[in-house]
Amino acid sequence: MNLAPEKLIFELSSKGRVGCALPKSDVPSYDLPSGLERKELNLPEVDELTVVRHFTRLSQKNYSIDTQYYPLGSCTMKYNPKANEVAASFAGWKFAHPLAGDVSSQGAIELIYKLQDSLAEIGGFEAASLQPAAGAHGEFSGVLMIRNYLRDKGETKRVKMLIPDSAHGTNPASCTMAGFITQTIPSDKKGNIDMKALKAALDDTVAGIMITNPNTLGLFETNIEKIARLVHRAGGLVYGDGANLNALTGVFKPGLAGIDVMHFNLHKTFSTPHGGGGPGAGMVAAGKALAPYLPGPVAVRKRGRYRLSMPEKSIGRVKLFYGNFGVLVRAYAYIRMMGRDGLRRIAENAVLNANYLRKKLEGTYPLKYTRGCMHEFVAMGDIAPGIHTLDIAKRLIDYGFHPPTIYFPLIVPEALMIEPTETENRETLDAFAEAMLAIAEEARTRPELLHAAPVTTPVGRLDEVAAARCPVLCYRGD
Amino acid sequence: MPFIPNSNEDRESMLKEIGKNTIEELFLDIPEKLRFPVLNLPEGISEMEMLSEIEALSAKNISARKAAWFLGAGAYNHYIPSLVPALASRGEFLTAYTPYQPEVSQGTLQAIFEYQSMAAELFGVSVVNASHYDGATALAEAVLMAWKQNLERNKILLPKDLHPEYREVLATYLSSFEVEVQEYEGAPENAAPDARTACVVAGYPDFSGQIHSLAKGAELAHASGALFIVHADPLLCALLESPGAQGADIVTAEGQCLGNPMNFGGPFLGMMGATEKLMRKMPGRIVGEARDHDGKRGFVLTLTAREQHIRREKAVSNICSNQGLVMLQACIYMAAMGHHGMKTVARLCYDKAHYAASRIAGLPGYKVGNTAFFKEFLVETPVPAERIFEKLAKKSVVPGLPLSRYDSSRPKELLVCVTEMNTKAEIDRLVELLEEVSA
Repeated sequence: MNLAPEKLIFELSSKGRVGCALPKSDVPSYDLPSGLERKELNLPEVDELTVVRHFTRLSQKNYSIDTQYYPLGSCTMKYNPKANEVAASFAGWKFAHPLAGDVSSQGAIELIYKLQDSLAEIGGFEAASLQPAAGAHGEFSGVLMIRNYLRDKGETKRVKMLIPDSAHGTNPASCTMAGFITQTIPSDKKGNIDMKALKAALDDTVAGIMITNPNTLGLFETNIEKIARLVHRAGGLVYGDGANLNALTGVFKPGLAGIDVMHFNLHKTFSTPHGGGGPGAGMVAAGKALAPYLPGPVAVRKRGRYRLSMPEKSIGRVKLFYGNFGVLVRAYAYIRMMGRDGLRRIAENAVLNANYLRKKLEGTYPLKYTRGCMHEFVAMGDIAPGIHTLDIAKRLIDYGFHPPTIYFPLIVPEALMIEPTETENRETLDAFAEAMLAIAEEARTRPELLHAAPVTTPVGRLDEVAAARCPVLCYRGD
Repeated sequence: MPFIPNSNEDRESMLKEIGKNTIEELFLDIPEKLRFPVLNLPEGISEMEMLSEIEALSAKNISARKAAWFLGAGAYNHYIPSLVPALASRGEFLTAYTPYQPEVSQGTLQAIFEYQSMAAELFGVSVVNASHYDGATALAEAVLMAWKQNLERNKILLPKDLHPEYREVLATYLSSFEVEVQEYEGAPENAAPDARTACVVAGYPDFSGQIHSLAKGAELAHASGALFIVHADPLLCALLESPGAQGADIVTAEGQCLGNPMNFGGPFLGMMGATEKLMRKMPGRIVGEARDHDGKRGFVLTLTAREQHIRREKAVSNICSNQGLVMLQACIYMAAMGHHGMKTVARLCYDKAHYAASRIAGLPGYKVGNTAFFKEFLVETPVPAERIFEKLAKKSVVPGLPLSRYDSSRPKELLVCVTEMNTKAEIDRLVELLEEVSA
């Protein structure tokens, strides 16, 4: 970690400096539209080396997968293979224009086609669209598909979407954007969907249910087939949230268990980098009933030629062009390298690592649900008087680990959601467990260490309340 | 396997520690008949094989590297300084998550803050968020944001000359709500907003490249109580008066042109900025300045009470991720270009486009429709534009977008884009071939 304060790029500015030279103009100069010329433009004036040092130093203020273990629950912070980056950087991709036409874009459309196909096969679905740019964007697409399908059947009074209380916040938010109202379904004592509550909610206004499986407790929804049957019988459809697909590749195909439509987060399961927040890719796949409603265009193949085409009853476009193509290339590269056996080994080892770590920690950090976990587990951090999960998380930083996801899912108090991923070796898992146990000891004997943490970072805990009360969102000069 | 370190020995001893005999025992919660299905996919291949396979695939595309490129229409061929990808691809940026833990994410957070600051300056607004998926989804979310200020005002006024894909995305985003969309011709002062209007949307420039002065449109929108949304070319904003200075309440943009490759259409960068008044209504991540207990300056994600992970179904949007790396590239681009470089790039685009337009307008049978434009202009062609595209592409000149690709009723219109990447010699060659093809 680079601890030295780094000035803002504006504060490094000095009049007359330039960071990039451009060619001299080889054409005449033309008048600007009258009255519209811009007078002031307060952008930094910085030389190239200053820019390079500035952003290099900034990068050194981050924890990242490349530098630290990052067991962030539900985020699948697995290693992002360097070969993916090379695969995405070929000139034939970077300088390919989305409107060059199908004939001139055969390579790109073929890749889209093959990735659609591979992902549909992994999920057990009929067809896939790679248009959505992120998981939440895939959810939005999927629930719109459900809405249009029901609308076409004349079922316009079905306006209610059921969402388990363990779900990600994007699920209800996506429903709102698609015009649905949501009803929360509680979890039972084992961390499954409460079947009694589900049955009670299944009236004739139900459009469907959104299920994350494994759910955010890291537990497999054991009643999955039964839930799908009940919802279908009630006239609704089943949406699968694929945020946690990393536990299932080659192990379980959601499309064969009654899921009608599902998104996958390619930036989780398929190893594309998170990039400090994005870009992701949120492919959406569907079974027979909903496949015609997929967002488009999608790639199709006819007589050995590839072209882009709109599915028959498509909900339309959800973004420009054909999805986050550069991300798609990385996901495809990964699937090619892993192959069918490798994909199964992902899930096997992700689940093995999670259960191994869980076993090491369960005596110290209590679990609300005790059955075997899938790729992640949720422990609780209030292990000593006056100690909260936040303190554990911040102290982990001082041990050189990125904290797990905290205070989520909402149904576990003081939640610490830990997802080891399959790309970590046993020594790393052991070192993390040792740090967690050492912190638990400190929590009892020297709690002030936890309250003061982190102390090894460029800044200490920041006052977020004050930041939101009087927001400073831009550089305002001296 | 290189990405999965556990050896068979590791697996066995780890299984033993958790009291299991086989890996299969870890999956007993899955219904038996659904467990371990056949995966009909090829076997895995090595990195070396994968790269040569994918490189061969990439070579089947026509690339702007190998042709004189005059095709824009929403994806633009601009120069990307070498330092941009070199810095943005550092593992510490590339492989970090959304900066939920600010103490170990100051690099990402400060970069977002700097991006917000530079973009806000460019747009002439008070606040810019940490990005949307692309320009079209940014515009769609801006329209939803405007409508949500007052649900009674449910009329949206769009320019007729809007990118067809933007219109389609907007239609998808609005499809769940009782919102009426109306179109107006030409400049935004023709929009005629009334007491039911939520917002007037204006292009800066329009899809066909036409630039309108915005101030009058903004005034009329405000007088009727509507918001004024401008979708702008960020490079244009370095040269001409910003949308904010002309009265825009919300500014959206496609930021791909700021240091990001065309990448067959993605990932792109949806930019959104707004006035201070609308700050707490904006979707997306926003970074703000904060202090630690010693008074040291740091940065945090802020105003999170707007967002889905806090507000769930009541959130202003479902957006969760942003286009982090693409935004970072734009940030580094703007920093490296700076005041002088941004103006120079914009000026080069402007002058080269005007040189090209004046030459094309001089050709028999060709007409340029625009009165004021930046880097893109609409050409009426004497023969079908698609035929021109086909013939010129064979000679490694990609002349622009035949509008018939979006609208079959417009066969003889070509949208031509000229940037700093096009030399005078390339422009002259384009002109020569256009003349030849119509002869």
